[in-house]
Amino acid sequence: MSDAELATPFRQRAGGAMKDAFLQEALTIATTKFIGLRREAFAGFPEGEALRDQARAIKEATLQHLDRHLETLIGNVERLGGHVHYAATPAEARSIIVDIARWIGARMAVKSKSMATEEIHLNEALEAAGVTPVETDLGEYIIQLAHERPSHIIAPAIHKTKGQVAELFTRELKRPAEPDPEALTRIARGELREKFLQADLGITGANFAVAETGTVVLVTNEGNGRMVTSLPRVHVAVMGVEKVVPSFSDLMVFLAILAKSATGQKLSVYTSMVQGPRRAGELEGPEEFHLVLLDGGRIAQIDGPLREALSCLRCGACLNVCPVYRQIGGHAYGYTYPGPIGILLTAMLEGTPAVKDLAHASSLCGACADACPVRIDIPRMLIELRREVDEKKIAPWTERIAFTLLAKLLQSPRLYRLAARLGRVLQRPFTRDGRIGRVPLVFGEWTRTRDLPAVASRTFQERWASDQDLRS
Amino acid sequence: MTVRRASLMVTCLGDLFFPEVGISIVRLLRKLGVGVEVPRDQTCCGLPLFNSGYHTDAAAVARRTVELFKDSECVVVPSGSCAWMVKHEYPGLLAGTPLAREAGELAERTYEFSQFLVRGLGVTEFTSAVSGRVTYHDSCHLLRGLHESESPRTLLGKLQGVELVPLPGADECCGFGGSFAVRLPEVSSQILAKKLANVESTGAACLVACDAGCLMQMGGGLKRASSRVRALHLAELLDGVR
Repeated sequence: MSDAELATPFRQRAGGAMKDAFLQEALTIATTKFIGLRREAFAGFPEGEALRDQARAIKEATLQHLDRHLETLIGNVERLGGHVHYAATPAEARSIIVDIARWIGARMAVKSKSMATEEIHLNEALEAAGVTPVETDLGEYIIQLAHERPSHIIAPAIHKTKGQVAELFTRELKRPAEPDPEALTRIARGELREKFLQADLGITGANFAVAETGTVVLVTNEGNGRMVTSLPRVHVAVMGVEKVVPSFSDLMVFLAILAKSATGQKLSVYTSMVQGPRRAGELEGPEEFHLVLLDGGRIAQIDGPLREALSCLRCGACLNVCPVYRQIGGHAYGYTYPGPIGILLTAMLEGTPAVKDLAHASSLCGACADACPVRIDIPRMLIELRREVDEKKIAPWTERIAFTLLAKLLQSPRLYRLAARLGRVLQRPFTRDGRIGRVPLVFGEWTRTRDLPAVASRTFQERWASDQDLRS
Repeated sequence: MTVRRASLMVTCLGDLFFPEVGISIVRLLRKLGVGVEVPRDQTCCGLPLFNSGYHTDAAAVARRTVELFKDSECVVVPSGSCAWMVKHEYPGLLAGTPLAREAGELAERTYEFSQFLVRGLGVTEFTSAVSGRVTYHDSCHLLRGLHESESPRTLLGKLQGVELVPLPGADECCGFGGSFAVRLPEVSSQILAKKLANVESTGAACLVACDAGCLMQMGGGLKRASSRVRALHLAELLDGVR
C-alpha cells in the first residue's frame, strides 16, 4: 500500500473494506471454503497432530543453529554450481536481483508466486530497470493486471469475484471473457505460455530449502513454478533465511501438513525440487542458478519477542479463520503480509510503530493459534506487541491515561464502588428496562450497534453484603 | 472431587451488570451441598489491562486477587476468560514475586463454572428454569484457552424441558474481545451481526454462553435488534438439582 493510503487510519481502511459488497461476497465464500477443506483434511489424518508438534520442534531446533544450517545450505548450493547472495535489507535484495537481470541482459522475467518478492517490492524495481516482470500464478496474474497487491498469503486474488476477473480480462486483455473459472484459466494460460518462452529470467520464492542437499523446494498447484524454474536461462530464488530446514526427512514432516493447512489438499499438485543449475548431460533446467537469502529483520528476532513467528510456513490458515480478516480482507491491513500472522511479520519487518493500530486488530479469539500448523501462539505475541506499544509510549496519551485510571480503580475497592455509584447516576437518563440505548463519548462506540447493560441497582457484592438470606 | 466450600469470583462484569448470575450460582451450589464464600472487596481479574498490554498494572491487580483468594479451598468463576486469566496468566505475571507460589496454587484450584459442576463435582443433571429450544455459543477463552466444549453441552443436553440445538459456527468469536469492541466497533459489530444471524437461524428462544463478555456483546446486539431470543448465562438456566 502506498504511503498516502497508509495515512488513512486503519479503522477507516477496515470500514471501507466492509462497505465493498464484492469484497464481502468474495471473502465469505473463499474463507468458508478454506476452513471446511482444512477441517476435512485433518479429520481424516489422525497423525496430523503429532506431525504439527514435530514440525514446530524442527523449526525451533533449526532456529537454535540457524547460522550452521545456512552455512551448510550455502556450501551445498555452491557445490552444485549455484550462486548464493545475502541481502540484509529489501533494498539490497532488489539491487542483487536487478544486477543479475542487467548482467544477463534480461528484458522479461517470469515469476512464480512469492511473498518474499512482494515483501521486497521487486516488480517495481525490475520495471524501473527496464525488465518486464510477468506474474504466472493465476491469482498473481490477475492482481498484476489489476495493478493491485495480494490480499492473502496463498490466494492473492481472494478479494475478487469471478465476475470481476472476467471484466478485468475483457478490459486488459482486450478479448471477451465469461465469468467461468475454467474459461478464464484457459485465457490466462494462453497468454502466459508465450511469456514462458520469451523470458530470460525466472524468479521464484522458496517454501523450503534443504540444507544437507542444497535443494530449493517450491510447493505449487498450477505447474507455473516448474516452467519458471526450467524454461528461462537463469533462475533466481528469493527466500527468508528462516526457510532453511536441515534435512529431507525434516522436509517430509512439513510437506505432510502444509497443503492440508493451506488448501486442504493432501499434497499440492506440484512439489518442485530445484538443485542448482542444469548439469552436463541434463536436458532441462537453467544455465545459472542464484539463491538470495533475505534477512530484512528476521535474524534480530531469533532471540526477540517475535521468535515464534519465524516458524511460519505461510500457509494462510490463520487468515481464513480470523474473524477480523474475514470481515476486512487483506488490503486493509496495509502491508505485504495480512491477517494475524501478518501483523507479527509486519512488526518484524517494519518495526513495532508500524503496527500500533494493527496490534489491536484482533479479538484475541485464538482461532489463529488453533489453526496454525506449527502452533504459533499469535495472540500472545499480539499482546506482547501491545505491551511494547504502551511501554514505548507509542500508544496515544489519552489511551494510556484511561488505562492508568482503570488500573487505579481495579486496585481500590473503594474507588471501584464509587465508580459503580457514579455509573448508576450517569446512566439514569439513558436507561430503559435495565438497558442503555445510545450514549455519547467512549460508550458511544459500543452503543451505536449494541445496547449496554445498565449497572445493576444493587451489585452482586452489595446484595451479598446486605441480604442475609443470600449468605446463608 | 469432594468440595465443602467454594469461593465465588464474581468478576467485574458479573458484579456490576449481571448480579443474577452470581445469585444463581450461590443458590445452585448451596443446593449441591457446597458452602459458598464471597471474599470481600473483589474488583476484576485484570484481563482488560493484560490484553491491552498494561502488564505492570495487570500484575498489581493479580496480586490483590491472589491475596483475596489464596486461602480458598477452590474458586468458581462464571466467565471462561477470567478463569483463563487466573489459570494461565497469573503464574507468569507473578513469577519471581513473593506471591508466585500462591498464584500457581490458585491457578490449580480455579474452575470455570460449567467445569466445576461437571469435572469438579461430577454433577450433570439439573432442573431447568426455562423451557424450549436453546443453543450454545462457545466463548473463545473457554473453548480454545481451557479446551472446554463438552461440559456446558453435557449440562444443557441433560436439562429436562430444554432442547439443545447446535449453533452454526458456535466456535467462532462473537466479536467482543474486550477493548476490541470499542477500538474497532464496526468490525466487532459485523462479526456480531453474523453470529446473531446464525443464532436466529436455529429458532432457539435462548442463547446460552459461559462468559459475561460474550453475553454483553450478544445480549446487547439481540436487544438492539428487538429479538425474541434471550442471551443467558448457563447458571441462570440451571435452577436446581434433579
